[in-house]
Amino acid sequence: MTENKNERFIKTKMKEQSPAARVGNFNEVPFGYTEDEARKEAKRCLQCKKPLCVEGCPVEVKIPEFIKCIADGEFAAAARKLKETNALPAVCGRVCPQEEQCEIKCVLGKKGEPVAVGNLERFAADWERENSQISIPTLKPKNGKKVGIVGSGPAGLTIAGELAKEGFDVTVFEALHEAGGVLVYGIPEFRLPKEIVKKEINYLEKLGVKIIRNYVVGKAATIDELMNEEKYDAIFVGSGAGLPSFMNIPGENFIGVYSANEYLTRSNLMKAYKDDALTPIIRGKSVVTVGGGNVAMDSARTALRLGAEHSIIVYRRSEAEMPARKAEVHHAKEEGIEFNLLCNPVEILSDEKGFARAIRCIRMELGEPDASGRRRPVPVKGSEYEIPCDVVIIAIGNSPNPLIPNTTPDIEVSKWGTIVADEKTGRTSKKQVYAGGDIVTGAATVILAMGAGKVAARSVVEDLR
Amino acid sequence: MNTILKREQLSPQVFRFRIDAPKIAQKRKAGQFIILRSSEEGERLPLTIANGNAKEGWIEIIFQVVGLGTRLLSELKQGDSLLDLVGPLGKPTHVENFGRCICIGGGVGIAPLYPIVCALKEAGNNLTTIIGARNKSLLILENEMKASSDQFIVATDDGSYGHHGFVSDVFNNLIAEGKKFDFAIVIGPAIMMKVTTGLTVKNGIKTFASLNPIMIDGTGMCGGCRVTVHGETKFACVDGPEFDASGIDWGLLVKRLDSYKLFESESLKKHACRLEGK
Repeated sequence: MTENKNERFIKTKMKEQSPAARVGNFNEVPFGYTEDEARKEAKRCLQCKKPLCVEGCPVEVKIPEFIKCIADGEFAAAARKLKETNALPAVCGRVCPQEEQCEIKCVLGKKGEPVAVGNLERFAADWERENSQISIPTLKPKNGKKVGIVGSGPAGLTIAGELAKEGFDVTVFEALHEAGGVLVYGIPEFRLPKEIVKKEINYLEKLGVKIIRNYVVGKAATIDELMNEEKYDAIFVGSGAGLPSFMNIPGENFIGVYSANEYLTRSNLMKAYKDDALTPIIRGKSVVTVGGGNVAMDSARTALRLGAEHSIIVYRRSEAEMPARKAEVHHAKEEGIEFNLLCNPVEILSDEKGFARAIRCIRMELGEPDASGRRRPVPVKGSEYEIPCDVVIIAIGNSPNPLIPNTTPDIEVSKWGTIVADEKTGRTSKKQVYAGGDIVTGAATVILAMGAGKVAARSVVEDLR
Repeated sequence: MNTILKREQLSPQVFRFRIDAPKIAQKRKAGQFIILRSSEEGERLPLTIANGNAKEGWIEIIFQVVGLGTRLLSELKQGDSLLDLVGPLGKPTHVENFGRCICIGGGVGIAPLYPIVCALKEAGNNLTTIIGARNKSLLILENEMKASSDQFIVATDDGSYGHHGFVSDVFNNLIAEGKKFDFAIVIGPAIMMKVTTGLTVKNGIKTFASLNPIMIDGTGMCGGCRVTVHGETKFACVDGPEFDASGIDWGLLVKRLDSYKLFESESLKKHACRLEGK
């Protein structure tokens, strides 16, 4: 009895590649649950009458219901239940910060470990895909209204799926040659296999969503032109926070200094990690990544897999303030990423040919809390030191892509360059133009962008009725 | 989709493709570029639009084979299609009636200069055009350039055609003759632009240069194409590709262009080995 009770409070572990093995490949790190493991974990769920976990989910996944399906061994039904509210469950199961959304609210978490909602979501979506059980839900009859969506990242894909189900004629415009936005150019294969993103996008296409690749809205056509000349009834802008920030320190433009966007795009989208790819990437022996978020972890771990002997994170605050998910930091540490905390770059040094050779940093100490509530890092005088390196990756964030704001004169933009949109409706200052995701919030998470896509979908349905 | 309507070889390493691209042909303005991919493993290659016809729905690109990406592109035939084509990208050239303009093009840089020359002409400017190449066989667009210019001078480094020497020498001679200019645009290899714009700027001429740094997405997302202009970091894909030449950090541009030189020569070698079955 006691043993049973104890088991209820312990999460079923997901098996994963050992650190030593995985640093030598780009394959996904966790293997996913087996059917037995999934059922075992699903049975831990208390099936609360008033599930708090759902409140924590930006896209309101019917968590107890889909988990019940898994517990009953109805895996296809679990996936269908997920897809009622979430168009990209295989993605969310992998990259959502469940520990601060649904799982943190789980009642079991009060006395033990919460139900592994993310692992179960991943299991159901993977099971459906791997067993070719993907079914298309009944779509509402076509209503003859045309909606254009700018950007095929998480926000755009979500609203596209929602509106297609509602009977809209949906077209997504993607600037790159592949759809998925940050899911394909940013998040590495070992965290989110691209085959899965492709399948989730195929699913949307089966719902009737048209995706036009190689189309830059703002250049090929402005939003006004899409609405007036191509007769779109509504436009959703989900163009993301695609402009990398740099530190403005000397030496930042030397060869071997990359924005995380560039480094990850070369490796992920352009497949520079493969031998037959034509896009080059500098395979540094000693790689310094500046920043403490998930993107920094992704970059540092990519560097290891590209053959770095030292992959070093440089972050100006302490580990407690790192914005990266705990699980990502844990994975990074296991793999041997070196953490230089409380230190900040001041200059990048190069050889005579302009290749980066070292980064000069200064030690920091934590002072009084700043506006963000985190203790402000203050430089320690005279503590500068050099870290030898041949690649530097700047992963300190992105600002909104200005292309749409610059070519849409009557859309309201904040002083940070984000598009102003109502959080509850996604409506912008321009009639029948909606926005969501990083272009509104500044760089945030996949699931928040998806939540925004969902909210905007409701408004489109309401406004175009 | 994006079929190659016409393929010409302008010189041993330089090719001109006419591509079916009605949307881009309609929208493009002088100074803008496209990005293309010719194969699944291929790079994204940024190329300035060298010509276009909105009515007939085509654009032209002119490119020189430098790495494996451009080599594979050059191996496409008339009737083949590009895998991906996106554009127009970048800011168009700022065109107005400046008065007396000097347009200087070197090597394959003559290609992007051509639509700018046409646009400046149409805006009513008096145009002096200098084009140059290492030798006569590498010289492109001579007739087209001549037809759009009021004064036209050719130079070759080896003296095999036109003036014997660099385009910068020709410019110096014009200044020595007492010629005055109100606006200059210079496009060519980085070193040529560095030297030539140094002279035009010294002579008090407002000068723009069109830069061709390494680029991936072309929408500002990667920052790979960053250049330093007047001490500030700019992204050539969205802030350019044309910049006030008086503020460009040429040394840095030249270095960054060589980032992958080793990789490029190695991948070209590998490709040659495969072709020859070695």
